Order: sequence, then structure tokens, then C-alpha cells
Amino acid sequence: MARSPNPTPTKPRLPPFVLLATVFAGLLVLAAGLLIGLAFRDQGKGVAGNPLSAAIGGKFSLVDQNGKPFTDADLKGKWQLVFFGYTHCPDVCPTALNDLSLALDQLGAKQKDVGIVFISVDPERDTPTVLKSYVESFGGPIEALTGSSDQVAEAAKAYRVYFAKHPRADGGYDMDHSALIYIMDPKGRFTGTFTPDDTSDKMATRLKKLLG
Amino acid sequence: MPSKLLALGAGLTLLSAAALAQGGAVEVTNAWARATPGNAQAGAAYVTLQAPAGDRLTGVSTPAAQKAEIHSMTMDGGVMKMRQVEGVDLPAGTVVTLKPGGYHIMLMGLTQPLQPGQSFPLTLDFAKSGPREVNVTVEKVGAMGPGGQGSGEMGGASMPMHH
Repeated sequence: MARSPNPTPTKPRLPPFVLLATVFAGLLVLAAGLLIGLAFRDQGKGVAGNPLSAAIGGKFSLVDQNGKPFTDADLKGKWQLVFFGYTHCPDVCPTALNDLSLALDQLGAKQKDVGIVFISVDPERDTPTVLKSYVESFGGPIEALTGSSDQVAEAAKAYRVYFAKHPRADGGYDMDHSALIYIMDPKGRFTGTFTPDDTSDKMATRLKKLLG
Repeated sequence: MPSKLLALGAGLTLLSAAALAQGGAVEVTNAWARATPGNAQAGAAYVTLQAPAGDRLTGVSTPAAQKAEIHSMTMDGGVMKMRQVEGVDLPAGTVVTLKPGGYHIMLMGLTQPLQPGQSFPLTLDFAKSGPREVNVTVEKVGAMGPGGQGSGEMGGASMPMHH
């Protein structure tokens, strides 16, 4: 009696490259998780040894609210709190800018050592003129930056910031965007983050520690 | 008989209370908005709602803006997303607070900037109890609550934030 072609049912076998790809993808996810974990860990004062200090931040070329060029080189010399947002955002953006301004108020004489940088992810609507009147309402020393869509994309990429236009039914749009606030040291190195849930008191306490 | 009258009176009071609850007027408190920075085109207003018999907020309108919508704000893996929602459920007896970091009434195309101390009318449409007009007080830019509440913790009770 001839053996049937399939004497016992066997599990379908995955080709080796699928297995390899799966393992590789798994490793990538793990590595990304590790990096994100490091990014969100409280950095205290030190940035040495943090692999992300070089991975977040980088070259960009934008214009400020007065229409003057502003590049990553202009960040250096003081601590900078970098936040991406847009002026048509009524909730999280004013909260963040207000909290940052209030936090800086608590720093006394050291306030001059810290700047706030608001980078628009909506350059289509956020011209320097629009940004100028917007940030003046917050009182803090805010540099508000915009540029061409390519320039904004370059800045967002440097900070690993996600943003995307979300169309509304009425033809308008909102922007989805990463809402982390990046703390950059006077040498332009990434040091840590605030989230929009952090209160101004919490931000001030952390900044005082960083400023020493 | 006085005791019978009393009982009748008490009965009528209970009846009228029940009738009111049936009517289910939604209690609207703390209607406030944030002052808008510069000439910002968008603003946000917030209210606290309690529906004794349960209801649903289904729409909003105001002469202060070309358009008003109910929006959710969520944080999804550090990414802020605003989305229009069709309504907000108001379970019976539950206080539902629209506040920064949760649901907001998005005002688009403001007819003029919202200045602290000003106020404007806002009409809330409820599925069961119909339209209701309230007066919204404008607080300062970045205010976290009505009545001059300063900066505080974000996170709407009615809208869990996803981290």
C-alpha cells in the first residue's frame, strides 16, 4: 500500500526569511522601546552617556516671529525648552506655553538663562505675524518659529516629532502633533522632556535643579 | 385633617420633584472659556454638566464664532489629537466636566479675540431636554478652570488621557 502524500498533518512551515524578518522586527521594537525608555527617564543634570543626547535635536533653519532667520545655532548659550504646536490649537498648546511661562517666572534671576522655543507645525497658517501676536500673550521669552513646509519638516525630524494634518468635515483641518517639551542644555544637547500634564511648579522645580 | 393635608402636601411635593426629574433639565455650571492669544482664530470653552435623568449633549452654537463643535483631546503615545465628537453622554446624576486636557467646545473663526472678563452666550443642545443658553465667562490665557483658577494638573475626569 502506497503511503499517502501526507501521512500526518503537519503545521505549515514558515519560510526561513519570514522567521528572520519577524525576529528582526521584534529586536527593532525592543531597541526602540529601550531608546524611548531612556528618553523619558529623568535625566537629572547629566547628559553624558545618554545615547539620545545626540539623537534628539539637530540642524534646522527657520524664521522667528519678527521674520529673522533662526537656526539651531541660535539655541546655544542658554537652556531652551522646545515645543512644537500651532496657533489654531486651543487646548494643549496654550496650556503648555502658559505653564512654561509661569515656570520661568519662578526662576528669579536665572530666568535669563532659559528660553522657550515654539515651533509651528502649521506653517500654512502660522506666519511670523500670526505667531508674533500669539506668543506676546504669554509673557514668557518665547521665540516662535515657522518656515516653509520643508523647513518645518526638517526641524520636526531633528526632534523626532510626529505631526500630521487631520482634515475636518468642513474643509478645515487640525494638526496631530507630538506634545512633548524638549529640554536642551546650553550646548544644544537634549537633556530630558516635560509633558503637557506637568504643572508649572513641577517644571520650575526641575529647571532649578538643572540650572544648579 | 391636618395630618392628611400634610401627607397630601408631601405627596404633591414628591410628585412635582418627580415631574421635574422627568423633565430632566440639565444643570449647567462653570461655563468658561480661555482668553485667546493674539488674533488666534480658535478658542475653547468648557462647561460642567449634570443631568438628573440622564441626557446627551449633541451640539453647541454661539454668536462668538462662525462655528462651534464638541471636540475631544487625547494624548496617544505623546501625540496630541483633537477630534470632533458627535455628542457627550450625560449619565443620570453624574457630573461631567469639560475641561482642559479632555473634552472642549471648540470655537472656530472667532468673530473677535476672547478677552479676560468678557462673556458671551453659548447654546447647548441636549437630546432630551432641548436647547439651553448659558453665559460663558472668559478667563485669562492658559487658565485651567473658571473663577481665576490658575495653572493646574491637566486631565479631564470625563476623558481619560492615554499615555
